[in-house]
Amino acid sequence: MVTLHVNGKAQQVDVPPETPLLWVLRDVLGMTGTKFGCGMALCGACTVHLDGRPTRACITPISAAAQGKVTTIEAIGGDQVGKAVQAAWVDLGVPHCGYCQAGQIMSATALLQQNPKPTDADIDSAMSGNICRCGTYTRIRAAIHRVAQKGATK
Amino acid sequence: MSAPRDSMTSVPRDASSDRPLLLANVSRRTFLTGVGALGGFVLAVGFPAALRAADPPKYGRDGMPDGWVDDPLAFVAIGEDGTVTIVCHRSEMGQGVRTGMPMIVADELEADWKRVRVAQAPGDQKRFGNQDTDGSRSTRHFFEPMRRCGAAARAMLETAAATRWNVPVGEVEAQNHEVVHRASGRRVGYGALAKDAAKLPVPPRETLRLKDPSRFRYIGKGQLKLVDGPNIASGKAQYGIDTRLPGMLYAVVARPPVYGGKVAKYDAAQALKVPGVVRVVEIEGSPPPAEFNPLGGVAVVGRNTWAAIKGREALKIEWADGPNREYDSAAFKATLEASARKPGKVVRNEGDVDAAMASAARRLDAEYYVPHLAHVTMEPPAATARIVNGKCEAWGCIQSPQAARDRIAKRLGLSAENVKVNVTLLGGGFGRKSKPDFMIEAAVLSKAMGGAPVKVTWTREDDLHNSYYHTVSVERLEAGLDAGGKPVAWLHRTVAPSIMSTFNPEAKNEAPFELGMTAINIPFMIPNVRIENPEATAHTRIGWFRSVSNIPHAFAVQSFVAELAAAAGRDPKDFLLELIGPARRIDPRTLGDTWNHGEDPEKYPVDTGRMRRVVETAAREAGWGKALPKGRGQGVAVAYSFVTYVAAVVEAAVNEKGELSIPRVDIAVDCGAQINPDRVRSQLEGACVMGVSLATKEEISFKAGRVVQDNYNAYEVARMAQAPGEIRVHLIPGDFNAPLGGVGEPGVPPIAPALCNAIFAATGKRIRRLPIRDQLMKA
Repeated sequence: MVTLHVNGKAQQVDVPPETPLLWVLRDVLGMTGTKFGCGMALCGACTVHLDGRPTRACITPISAAAQGKVTTIEAIGGDQVGKAVQAAWVDLGVPHCGYCQAGQIMSATALLQQNPKPTDADIDSAMSGNICRCGTYTRIRAAIHRVAQKGATK
Repeated sequence: MSAPRDSMTSVPRDASSDRPLLLANVSRRTFLTGVGALGGFVLAVGFPAALRAADPPKYGRDGMPDGWVDDPLAFVAIGEDGTVTIVCHRSEMGQGVRTGMPMIVADELEADWKRVRVAQAPGDQKRFGNQDTDGSRSTRHFFEPMRRCGAAARAMLETAAATRWNVPVGEVEAQNHEVVHRASGRRVGYGALAKDAAKLPVPPRETLRLKDPSRFRYIGKGQLKLVDGPNIASGKAQYGIDTRLPGMLYAVVARPPVYGGKVAKYDAAQALKVPGVVRVVEIEGSPPPAEFNPLGGVAVVGRNTWAAIKGREALKIEWADGPNREYDSAAFKATLEASARKPGKVVRNEGDVDAAMASAARRLDAEYYVPHLAHVTMEPPAATARIVNGKCEAWGCIQSPQAARDRIAKRLGLSAENVKVNVTLLGGGFGRKSKPDFMIEAAVLSKAMGGAPVKVTWTREDDLHNSYYHTVSVERLEAGLDAGGKPVAWLHRTVAPSIMSTFNPEAKNEAPFELGMTAINIPFMIPNVRIENPEATAHTRIGWFRSVSNIPHAFAVQSFVAELAAAAGRDPKDFLLELIGPARRIDPRTLGDTWNHGEDPEKYPVDTGRMRRVVETAAREAGWGKALPKGRGQGVAVAYSFVTYVAAVVEAAVNEKGELSIPRVDIAVDCGAQINPDRVRSQLEGACVMGVSLATKEEISFKAGRVVQDNYNAYEVARMAQAPGEIRVHLIPGDFNAPLGGVGEPGVPPIAPALCNAIFAATGKRIRRLPIRDQLMKA
């Protein structure tokens, strides 16, 4: 048994400790908002926050995840910055298929939490681990700037 | 366990109350004696192929399998609480169809969008009309039927109100979710009318009053947000990979690495020892052509995806690779080049190219190469199936739910009536998910597991190793210029394995639908034109990839035009406009194009006026010819594809190290009227990034019959830092009463050539082989 702290809740799971957090979230806990894209931390679709830091769940064994607090897309709206990022994504019509956007939102939220006024170069650097095959990058940039301009709303 | 995303049962139901929705709860016969008597249903049924050949050609939506349906009872339901449920029968893969299509119905229905819900249709083409979400066809084929759906439902509500008030129906009018009696000012909401309206027959098609476009409240306005936006942003959106059913098992499959290969023998002993692995199941493949069939292989079924993945790693499999075991991309490129240097099947011939070449003042030739590409949808193929009491139900991210239904039925030996295919959101499609092989796998595995629900997930490696790849091609262009630099002869040899090879191993020439993608149908002012298509043999599964053969054809043609301009010492944009010539409407058949994207050549001629206009617009908006710093340049290209005209001006910057960046792209698009202008823009933006991606980075290569690239580290795609700094989309206004063009795909073809033309302007280096990768790097 491994005890995970996900979105403020302690969850006991009975899978081998080397199992990646991604598959435990999705298959064991039924939280499918965190997506599988590559399994090798190459695409960012599985991005969650571990103690506030953007983390690729697909290569993070639950034995490591159990050491901290996990936040997923399902709960990021509870954070002011996360909520503002979600709203900007909807307002600017960022998503196409939307599959990568949970990971994009998690990465963007972490960026804005650390750096409330990122430059284009900051955004490119923070977001380049997240692939969007539909090619929504210019709108992602615009949405991040919008949050930065408006500030996270209460 | 969460339930699968609500999709329609035989009667649309309100998911919250499980109460049948009223309009849809009417006996089907109402419709059959109403609209059906007018022949609409006959069109929807379609004809056997043998009969069809003798019939006059059918175009557009009439020519698609199962045609179209405009029955409001199939698409609209109104609850007593006033909630309007509109069915979307096409697959959402990012193009915005679940917003755009219901918006059309809602507008004609005078529904208040805030009270509209969207339900996703299962695969049932007899009921909904064609559901193959490909070819950039959804809106252009269903704009009119969806308008009629809304208008018919509106007329039923008006009739119900007029009857209730005992006034002539001409005195009442539907307005924003209510019917109003003008004279008395009485009003009644749609919810209160639903029950009465449901008892009425569907009005005959020719009695319907469609709105004047000036009265549209949503169509063309662009103010509505995506219906799935909030769910996407909060992680609630349900894709094929997200299906969860009680007792579900998880599978991954080891598939033959070489096309046409099969399992020689395998040993499952170690795999079965992996914790969480339940069973190992061999899936029977079928010999080429692959068609839509699963490739076969060995599946590992487990308690979760990770257990199945680890189990698969522990399998010992010996493959019998078969005749494609030597497929090698480097060698094949040489084969294609050799073919392109010899005459091939002539597919268009005007004037005397040989004589004109012989007498030309200058001759130029160039060969262009585009490798195999993979769609790498962010959501890899994934599907779930279960079998209960001899009925199979499946869920998946599928572009072709009816094909999935039919193929599952065939494979399981069931009738199609006993198979239900539910369409989830698609995490990208791009043509990969129009092939239901992965859905059949889920059904086969469920059967092997006694009907238990089984989800098959493709890993990224699976997706790259066993896709239906974009073809690989060499395009050879030759031209003769007169003393003034004007082209007098044009010879294009296009060589590429055909998509038809996936269905017929004898197919070695490009099909009309491939040639008709920017190769054969160029409308240039050149008196002597010959297009040839030498044969090419496929050694892997070739499939549709967003914009298909337009990618290599437009890359070659539009690059070569710029090369000719440079040779003639002319401005590339002016030279391109001169080649296009004056505004005229050309019957595509006179260009040798018998296909014309399936559309009526009378309604959809090749319109060089529209082609000129997008070039001129993109150039003007981009500030064509403006002074740029050293290392920067502009390039232009135009493509007519999916009956839409798109021109792009790319500004490229190449630094002293040879690193490429793209500060800005201006795109002009004429797709006719735009239903949802913001989604048109977003599709063009996305197509631009995909075009940049395939031009700069993407390549699938084979060695010893196997795909070399395993994951996104080897099959690179554009990331944020490589995306253009700015993408400006310029929409040419259109007429809602004129034929519509496609939107999802036509943005891709002009990007690679415009980029390479810009690189030439910036550096003097001409790129003829994609991807660009390090071709610009200084040593």
